[in-house]
Amino acid sequence: MGENPKLRVTLLTGRTIEQGVGKERGKASKEYVESVSVCYMDPEDLKRLGIKEKTNVQVSTEHGSVVVKAVKSLRNPHPSVIFIPYGPWANAVVNPETHSIGMPSLKGIPAEVEPAPDKPILMLEKLLEEEFGKD
Amino acid sequence: MPVVKAVTCPVCGCLCDDIELRAENGKIVKVKNGCAMCESKFFGYSGHRLLKPLIRRNGELVEVSLGEAIKKAAKILSEANYPILYGWSSTSCEAIRVGVELAEEVNGIIDNTSTICHGPSTLSTQDVGMASSTLGQIRHRADLIIYWGSNPWSAHPRHIERYTAFPEGRFAKSAWKGYLTKIKASNVKKKIESALRRLQRKEKLSVSSLYACPYPALLKEGRKLVVVDVRRTRTAEIADYFIQVEPNKDYELLQALRALIRDQEVEVDDVAGIPIEYLEEIADVMVNCNFGVLFFGLGLTMSRGKLRNIDAALSLTRDLNMRTKFIIMPMRGHFNVTGADTVFTWQTGFPYAVDFSLGYPRYNPGETSAVDVLLRKESDSALIVASDPVANFPRKAVEHLVKNPLIVIDPHLNATAQMADVVFPSAFVGIEASGTAYRMDHVPLPLKKVVDPPRGVLPDEEILRRILSEVRKIRKRKQAEAS
Repeated sequence: MGENPKLRVTLLTGRTIEQGVGKERGKASKEYVESVSVCYMDPEDLKRLGIKEKTNVQVSTEHGSVVVKAVKSLRNPHPSVIFIPYGPWANAVVNPETHSIGMPSLKGIPAEVEPAPDKPILMLEKLLEEEFGKD
Repeated sequence: MPVVKAVTCPVCGCLCDDIELRAENGKIVKVKNGCAMCESKFFGYSGHRLLKPLIRRNGELVEVSLGEAIKKAAKILSEANYPILYGWSSTSCEAIRVGVELAEEVNGIIDNTSTICHGPSTLSTQDVGMASSTLGQIRHRADLIIYWGSNPWSAHPRHIERYTAFPEGRFAKSAWKGYLTKIKASNVKKKIESALRRLQRKEKLSVSSLYACPYPALLKEGRKLVVVDVRRTRTAEIADYFIQVEPNKDYELLQALRALIRDQEVEVDDVAGIPIEYLEEIADVMVNCNFGVLFFGLGLTMSRGKLRNIDAALSLTRDLNMRTKFIIMPMRGHFNVTGADTVFTWQTGFPYAVDFSLGYPRYNPGETSAVDVLLRKESDSALIVASDPVANFPRKAVEHLVKNPLIVIDPHLNATAQMADVVFPSAFVGIEASGTAYRMDHVPLPLKKVVDPPRGVLPDEEILRRILSEVRKIRKRKQAEAS
């Protein structure tokens, strides 16, 4: 076994209908958490990483790192472009730079993806605790 | 209980006002006409509900009385030097009005979700101006509809059906039948493609390459739907023509189109990954339409260029208006984010990121906007109303937000509420409380109260009023002590 394969990609974030439905169910609902802790990838990219769908992957950018579940994107091809729906998981890795206009850079961020089958996806409470731990 | 008709849906900026609800024993049991998000909200709003005010003691959120929570919140806000009052886009205009009053009283910053949404669009509109109309005009007249960097299929599910390509307009026919034919054809195409794949595993033969040229798709009669996006969204699949722009290259593409509709030569082979011949054809279609409309989403405001992308899009419509009639409109997300901008503007003169720290309203996004204030670690407390910045702000901004005293008013125990020091449960406006909201085209619509809120749970407006009056009491007391 060599080193874990890594893929350099462009990260997009945005809305999905599942996220929209989930958020209306409540941010604590299972539907919401499952709809936003995923990463849509091109099937070819999955092959390049040597993993199957629904394997956990670690997405890292200059601004942070987060474990999410890789899902095959239905609307491909979009090689080297990955998509994470808006939510706490996406926000762990997006670019806070506002270029002096108040708007962080939430789309088109350079990122790296690597397989992380053994790392768990943190649940919301754990994620908050890990990132901001308050007590 | 009889059916309640003409309910306005409090989910997205479409603000569909044709929803029919039936409630039994204080619960909504039937939703008609709504989209998936609408049904999810009306059926699911009562789950994961917060019912009692909470205060953090020794690291744990514990239930307290409303009076105690109000006192605590008022104390935090009146002791703060530079509090942020953020959220507002998912509540009524009436509540937002009280919020602005409170921000002025505590000399804080008030900002709404535009700041991480269409804030750049507002900045560009202030620079360039905007040719716009109501959605009704578009429904009846538009014959060319462009969605740029927005995916209404997911974010505004009924937008296409109610306002753009599919309704039967007075002067423009519905494109619905053509869409059905297209879906059938695409199913056949998929079958052919899979057969081809099976036959020729090695050599990749694709039928889609035959369809890549825009000309045949755009020659059709009636309404045309064009989608420009970085990925093939579901909306893109419905469209007559889809332009896949490379990430962060929207600006180039918009400027190239501007050049082309002014009949200038663009001496390159392709722009943002699209061959120039295709762009020429698209520019032709734009110039030759009777009433075109460009809806743009966060694909433009959030990617590289931000407000400059919007500048280019607004300028493109301005140029097009020399040749034909063209309208442009941002796809506003939350149901009352337009209302938040509107109320802020009529109360303070500015649409978002308003700073009262000097005693009068100041507006300088980049300085007075919520994310920037948090990144510079300047605020010393926050009040969040009907929003979830812990889930929606970049991590660095959240770090400072949760370090300071945090007050949350929300019907759900969302991520922000979980990190808060004082939490107020509130009634759902549009379901359990009435009010006013602005649709994305600035048309105000009434929100209805359909069922009663849980006992003891107040609407946002009432909670804010009580906090405001408590803050004023504390102020008076302090003034009395000082003199």
